[in-house]
Amino acid sequence: MSTRIYVPADASARSVGADEVARAIAAEAKARGHAITITRNGTRGLLWLETLVEVETARGRVAYGPVSAADVPALFDAGFLTGGEHALRVGDIAAQPWFARQQRLCFARVGLTDPVSVPEYEAHGGLRGLRNAIAMSGADVVRAVTDAGLRGRGGAAFPTGIKWNTVLQTEADQKYVVCNADEGDSGTFSDRMIMEGDPLVLIEGMAIAGIATGATQGYIYLRSEYPDAERILLAAIAAARLHGVLGDNVLGSGKRFELELRRGAGAYICGEETSLLESLEGKRGMVRYKPPVPAVSGLFGKPTVLNNVITFASVPIILDRGGEFYRDFGMGRSRGTLPIQLTGNIRRGGLVELAFGVTLRELLEDFGGGSASGRPIRAVQVGGPLGAYIPASQFDMPFDYEAFASAGAMVGHGGIVVFDDTVDMAKMARYAMEFCAVESCGKCTPCRIGSTRGFEVIDRIIANRDREANVALLRDLCDTMLHGSLCALGGMTPYPVLSALKHFPEDFGLPRELPAAA
Amino acid sequence: MPDDASAVVGRAIDRHQDVPGGLLPLLHDIQDHLGFVPKDAVPRIARALNLSRAEVHGVISFYHHFRDVAPGRHVVQVCRAEACQSMGADALLDRLRQELGVDLHQTTADGAVTLEPIYCLGNCACAPSVMVDNQLRGRVTPERVPALVAELRRDA
Repeated sequence: MSTRIYVPADASARSVGADEVARAIAAEAKARGHAITITRNGTRGLLWLETLVEVETARGRVAYGPVSAADVPALFDAGFLTGGEHALRVGDIAAQPWFARQQRLCFARVGLTDPVSVPEYEAHGGLRGLRNAIAMSGADVVRAVTDAGLRGRGGAAFPTGIKWNTVLQTEADQKYVVCNADEGDSGTFSDRMIMEGDPLVLIEGMAIAGIATGATQGYIYLRSEYPDAERILLAAIAAARLHGVLGDNVLGSGKRFELELRRGAGAYICGEETSLLESLEGKRGMVRYKPPVPAVSGLFGKPTVLNNVITFASVPIILDRGGEFYRDFGMGRSRGTLPIQLTGNIRRGGLVELAFGVTLRELLEDFGGGSASGRPIRAVQVGGPLGAYIPASQFDMPFDYEAFASAGAMVGHGGIVVFDDTVDMAKMARYAMEFCAVESCGKCTPCRIGSTRGFEVIDRIIANRDREANVALLRDLCDTMLHGSLCALGGMTPYPVLSALKHFPEDFGLPRELPAAA
Repeated sequence: MPDDASAVVGRAIDRHQDVPGGLLPLLHDIQDHLGFVPKDAVPRIARALNLSRAEVHGVISFYHHFRDVAPGRHVVQVCRAEACQSMGADALLDRLRQELGVDLHQTTADGAVTLEPIYCLGNCACAPSVMVDNQLRGRVTPERVPALVAELRRDA
């Protein structure tokens, strides 16, 4: 009998040698005469253990990690094909506290299955949501999504049901569904993990959106930095077409939904929805004025459902288990679960999906195990390059859209970047402005010019040239950018800058205790 | 433009000129094959898509991904974003500059390697990261740079 072995094909796993490990296992098995089948799965999300190899044994899946190609002969010697003891043996991943404490709804299948197998997808609960949606009216599907309390997971947290309802109510000869897979925020990779580990859940979520709102054509706008995700998504789209999940007659419903993958071209701004639409239309990614919102006039001027990968991937379980099931997770107005990414200088980094309400401290200490360097954690940045820097004194804040907003921070796409006490926060503030200057689309002046003036002013502060006056100037500039920019790039770049200045003034050469103006 | 490059441009135009919003896929098609979008392809693309040359040039120059000059035989893209910075990306970039003898956006004199910045490769829990010819590499410490550079120079 052939033993099934899982070696992730996730980009992170491949970046630390998963392909070499898979080749070494295949070669070693052949040399020893063992019959094995290697499945290239998604990652289980325990990224410090990559390459994580799992073996299907009579007693369930047994994991080993982090495995390098050089470890493979010793693993065979230790009898790892039957779950044998070895220094790298982790055991049952699902029983690990790091994993067992999670509430995996969106990521339920990631790492468990062959990502592009429709039969395996169905065997693990896939397509039930789409089948239910086909049997319901569009309005009922939208109501289920609204009742679930799902909010856009890309960063803006807009209620998904309201957006879908607008598209449903708007009459048009053509409507579109567009997936924002331009995951450009540093510290985030949950979109990529879904696209590489369970791409069919994204396809199913988009098909549900199409059927509910009457849109027949979908696009996935994928960033060009993700070649692995592109390859796997294309295979998944082909498989979905073959099994009738996509096409002229979705699962025998008589309804059409088609999907095309489009590649971005390295512009951070194209994660902003109107800029993304311009790019999909073949133009420079210049931000549009709103209104009209994309739900009324989006791609090619037609009503468009435009959501992030995780938002679409959260829809199938809502249609499968019902809005109430999903709504029962979370706190306040933040319902359901959030895939949180623990990144940067962290000992145990990876993907933690949990209901809203978990605190930063639990994530950094219980899950993350402190910094990778072993030094004290000084600051974390949550929500990407436009998110605030949060000092250790605020680590008891719960993950909740409103709690973060009231502290001048944002949950964003759920990425946490950890910095130890060697970080220079003035340098990070300067970087935020520099990044904005590099990525600004140039349409509005506060962003285009303000970002360049911003890092120049910070340079003068760092160099102690007329420091007090330049700090006042920086605050004034941030105020202009906050209120005068057309979109979140210029409008939120001040968040990391001002939070660094507020919580870490000593890094700017200022006294620790600032007057009330801080 | 050499004949084979011209044929690549012609094929890309044939494949994408009737696709709605097809300019980006068209440019990708050319760069995937040639490594860049030759400047003299711009008038042909503009004519085929009924756009002005300025519009086509505007799109090529807007997106960081597109190049209008040929890169080296290998392209090394080093992540400059926050998560990689928290794990020493600046030291990694310094070491790359030193070993390659070039700065960002430059190509080594032997034409082996072009060094480019990139802003997030989505490998933030295995930082710092570089992308070498579309292949992602994680946990890249400065100490690993000499071997990487030697590998790229050898593979001429």
